[in-house]
Amino acid sequence: MFEVVAFYLFAILTIVMFVITVTTKNALYALSSLAAGMIFISAFFFLLEADFLGVVQIIVYTGAVMALYAFGMMFFDTISDVEEKIANPRLTFLLTGLVALVVVVIIVSPIVGANITAHYPVGISGNFPGVIVGNVQDIGIVLFTKYLIPFELAAVMLLVAMIGGIILAGKKMDMDLVQDTVQEQNHLHSDFNNKKDV
Amino acid sequence: MEVTLNDYLILSTILFAIGLLGAIRRKNLLMLFFATEIMLNAVNVGMAAISKFHGDLTGQIFAFFIVAIAASEVAVGLGLLILWFKRRNTLNLDSLQKMEG
Repeated sequence: MFEVVAFYLFAILTIVMFVITVTTKNALYALSSLAAGMIFISAFFFLLEADFLGVVQIIVYTGAVMALYAFGMMFFDTISDVEEKIANPRLTFLLTGLVALVVVVIIVSPIVGANITAHYPVGISGNFPGVIVGNVQDIGIVLFTKYLIPFELAAVMLLVAMIGGIILAGKKMDMDLVQDTVQEQNHLHSDFNNKKDV
Repeated sequence: MEVTLNDYLILSTILFAIGLLGAIRRKNLLMLFFATEIMLNAVNVGMAAISKFHGDLTGQIFAFFIVAIAASEVAVGLGLLILWFKRRNTLNLDSLQKMEG
């Protein structure tokens, strides 16, 4: 009963938040409702007994990704409304609805999965003596045995993305900062000297 | 009454459709990024649900990798976006049509 109530509550909250994100004209509203939606999504992971994924969702999405967007938005003009010129609104609406409907039909169509057997069943950590059984232990065992190489590749990919992001966003940025601080220091210094003279 | 796999998949589909609607309708590049995040999250919910109802951990691992990919996508994409904004002073998608070197 509790699970059902929680599921529907968070489902409604998530859908409302994401609809706000998609429809609002204010970039700041979009950002904050997206962050709220991400946190509500993590509730589903806890309901599905994927504790590790829920924690990762909160840390990575609302901690890292949203912070990155918030810093990125300092460069953009966020106060004014986002103006969007749509040439043919009726056609856009029709195509959007059609594509969304097709996706719904594709995914909601009957799922035949009765014969699938689990290679890595939940509770795999119970097979190992002396290991506490839990979702985090399960994830660790599977991640560092079969999925070790993808894990390492993901680490390299994140490193490359980090360096790429710094190089792309940081062009000429260091120069301006240095100049500003030097000027500021000279300014402060002259202020100090003036005061000393008085 | 109990929450079944279908409920989770339908929720995941609705969220994905919302994200897709945003990706098609929006003309602002930042909003397109937001819509992409919504779609990635919708898929993650579906993965975790299938992982639980089939009792297989692979779904959770894949969701984990999707989160890593989303993080790196944001890092590179936001860098490119800042570069574009510095150059053109706009984030409108139509400004990308004039890419003459």
